[in-house]
Amino acid sequence: MFIELGHFALALALCLALVQSIVPLAGAARRLSGWMAVGRSAALGQFAMVALSFAALTHAYVTSDFSVSNVVENSHSAKPMLYKISGVWGNHEGSMLLWVLILSLCGAAVASFGGNLPRELRARVLAVQGMVATGFLLFILATSNPFTRVIPAPADGHGLNPVLQDPGLAFHPPFLYLGYVGSSVAFAFAVAALIEGRVDAAWARWVRPWALVSWCALTVGIALGSWWAYYTLGWGGWWFWDPVENASLLPWLSGTALIHSAIVVERRDTMKSWTILLALLTFGLALVGTFLVRSGVLSSVHAFAVDPARGVFILGLLIIAIGGSFTLYAWRAPALQGGGLFAPISREGALVLNNLLLATATGTVLLGTLYPLFMDAFGLKISVGPPFYNRTFLPLMTPLLVAMAVGPLLAWKRGDLTAALQRLWVAFGFALLVVLVGLYLSGFHAVLAILGLGLAAWIAAGVLAEWGERIRLFRAPLRDSWRRAAGLPRAAYGMSLAHFGMAVLVAGVSASAFEQERIEALRPGDHIDIAGYTLTLREVRRVPGPNYVADEAVIEVKRGGTVIDEMHPQRRTFTVQRQTTALTAIRTGLSADLYLALGEGDAQVGWIVRAWHKPIVSWIWLGALVMALGGVVSLTDRRWRVGVAARKPAALPAAAE
Amino acid sequence: MRLLFALFLLAAPAWAVQPDERLADPALEARARALSKELRCVVCHNESIDDSNATLARDIRIVLRERLAAGDSDGQAKAFLVARYGDFVLLRPPVRADTYLLWFGPFALLALGGAVAFAAQRRRTPAAPAPLTPEEQARLAALLREEPK
Repeated sequence: MFIELGHFALALALCLALVQSIVPLAGAARRLSGWMAVGRSAALGQFAMVALSFAALTHAYVTSDFSVSNVVENSHSAKPMLYKISGVWGNHEGSMLLWVLILSLCGAAVASFGGNLPRELRARVLAVQGMVATGFLLFILATSNPFTRVIPAPADGHGLNPVLQDPGLAFHPPFLYLGYVGSSVAFAFAVAALIEGRVDAAWARWVRPWALVSWCALTVGIALGSWWAYYTLGWGGWWFWDPVENASLLPWLSGTALIHSAIVVERRDTMKSWTILLALLTFGLALVGTFLVRSGVLSSVHAFAVDPARGVFILGLLIIAIGGSFTLYAWRAPALQGGGLFAPISREGALVLNNLLLATATGTVLLGTLYPLFMDAFGLKISVGPPFYNRTFLPLMTPLLVAMAVGPLLAWKRGDLTAALQRLWVAFGFALLVVLVGLYLSGFHAVLAILGLGLAAWIAAGVLAEWGERIRLFRAPLRDSWRRAAGLPRAAYGMSLAHFGMAVLVAGVSASAFEQERIEALRPGDHIDIAGYTLTLREVRRVPGPNYVADEAVIEVKRGGTVIDEMHPQRRTFTVQRQTTALTAIRTGLSADLYLALGEGDAQVGWIVRAWHKPIVSWIWLGALVMALGGVVSLTDRRWRVGVAARKPAALPAAAE
Repeated sequence: MRLLFALFLLAAPAWAVQPDERLADPALEARARALSKELRCVVCHNESIDDSNATLARDIRIVLRERLAAGDSDGQAKAFLVARYGDFVLLRPPVRADTYLLWFGPFALLALGGAVAFAAQRRRTPAAPAPLTPEEQARLAALLREEPK
């Protein structure tokens, strides 16, 4: 019953989305306030219907209703509850439903919190969101319906892929989708602005918080995915330049450019048409990512033919969304004239450099991801792997990171580079010290990695220098500085935190050159020495789990002759799928991770144990979290709540909405 | 999202280099490891042979070590594998006519973007006012002469 209700609600949501895409748009064009108001109710109704539909599917998973084919294929009655729930989005159909749920949630948020938007702009934004929702609801109903029944119902399900049964993975897709779909709001605002032919500082103030929410979620989502890969896949890698990873990195890169260029629109009323283009591009790349991953084009060109309907449908949506919005852009953007003038050396100039490098980096990753597909069309097979990105992406990022410390110290309109650099001499000295000490300690090995550490020190010290400058630390009395620190806008702290997070991440990435590795076949009693630790295999025992059995190694960790810990890496064999996964054992810390994975073996020949010592590897995810935290702090800035009504004259009282 | 699709293909724990594959000479083994990171396990989903646990990856690792032990240079060992598996085996694509776009595209993009930004900056800067014509200069001089009176 619930399932049919969910299916019906989804069809109703489609009807509402259609109404939402047409009526408010026509209303805005003909200035009919009743028609424009339809957008709000339709968006809220659409969200309610999609939420109902999602709840119905979740109910089927929680109660293990095996008359639903989607549940049969992806769940099992013996699975822990967390994975029953995360199983809802651990498959194609359910994940598309989650996609649409978040999309309609964003629409509902614009409808309910957009009270201070001009009516026409809000109606148009909601209409564009309705169009996007229409496309994806049609996609689900036509090609990926999660509500199909099976008759007769089997006794039990096939179970969820064991690699997906992991807490990191349970939360990775929702964050990633919030990031992808959140960019649709900036997209809707951009299209609405093109239709209206007006972009001003107030527009940027509405767009930037949305772009920030999307960026924060994407940052967390990517970090979770990378962390999961690190502790699950069993060889301690955390980024592989895999096309599927690139698909999430692309909108992150262009979204990062967007949140920076929107500052220029807001403050200086210039770079408007570029910012619009970035908003279109970011959502376009989120769609490209969805297409690449969902259609299966990436894993193999032949997989595309297995279910061509889905791939062709998303490709169609992609062409309509990107083609349509870019045509509109080509038509209307020339009318968007920028106002503010600025010298090349200025805050604006630094942000132009930021955008230039980030846009090029986006282009590079896109090229690397699509080039093998393009070559395949001509019958040539090539691989584009990490060595390519190390030679193209990293050189593009380096100047960006160097400039990151300088840009915030430049004034708007006309900056003084010499003065900015003078304020950074302490930061430069610190970075130099890090490099020299690093070179001395490593015996002039891994020079690039040490330069990377120096770069991280430069950014971190630069962030502190900029903060000290703002509060006139050591130049004014301390009490005065304290007062200034308390008075700094949250957005300023947000920027400092995000940039500092980047420094932490860069340090973590650079330090991976100093990791140590040991691979040995150990019999009980044998040991491995690594980075001052002695790891002794005591025994390997059999441990039962809820839906698997595991071989668990008991490994004693000694340092300086004393036992400090016992670690238990496992090899799990899932009974339903007959599949083996590794559960690594990690002693994580701020200074280093000790990482153990257990391989095949037996008591006679020994068990293969791989051990790594990875200095400050956890800084990579810590840095990403600090970056996202910076975004969140920036979102709490008073300006977003107070300043947004500035477009209308203050004479209109609250009755306007 | 990577998990939802890609990882069905690399589900089992990866067991890269096994103890029994390693070469006795540490320098040679280090070269083999470095090379392994640039070679693709051709049946895997974007994994290097250094990371992959597939049987084929193990075979390629062993062949690579045999070639190095037989005295091949890094280039010769790679060429041997390319002859066997095609360019697909190289994670660093070769630089040649049909990959110029890939290798130089990023830098072309940077140059193009830089040119556009430069042009936009020029457009934003208002043109300097035209210099005075001789008549205007004469008039200005005349006005200045009159001024002190």
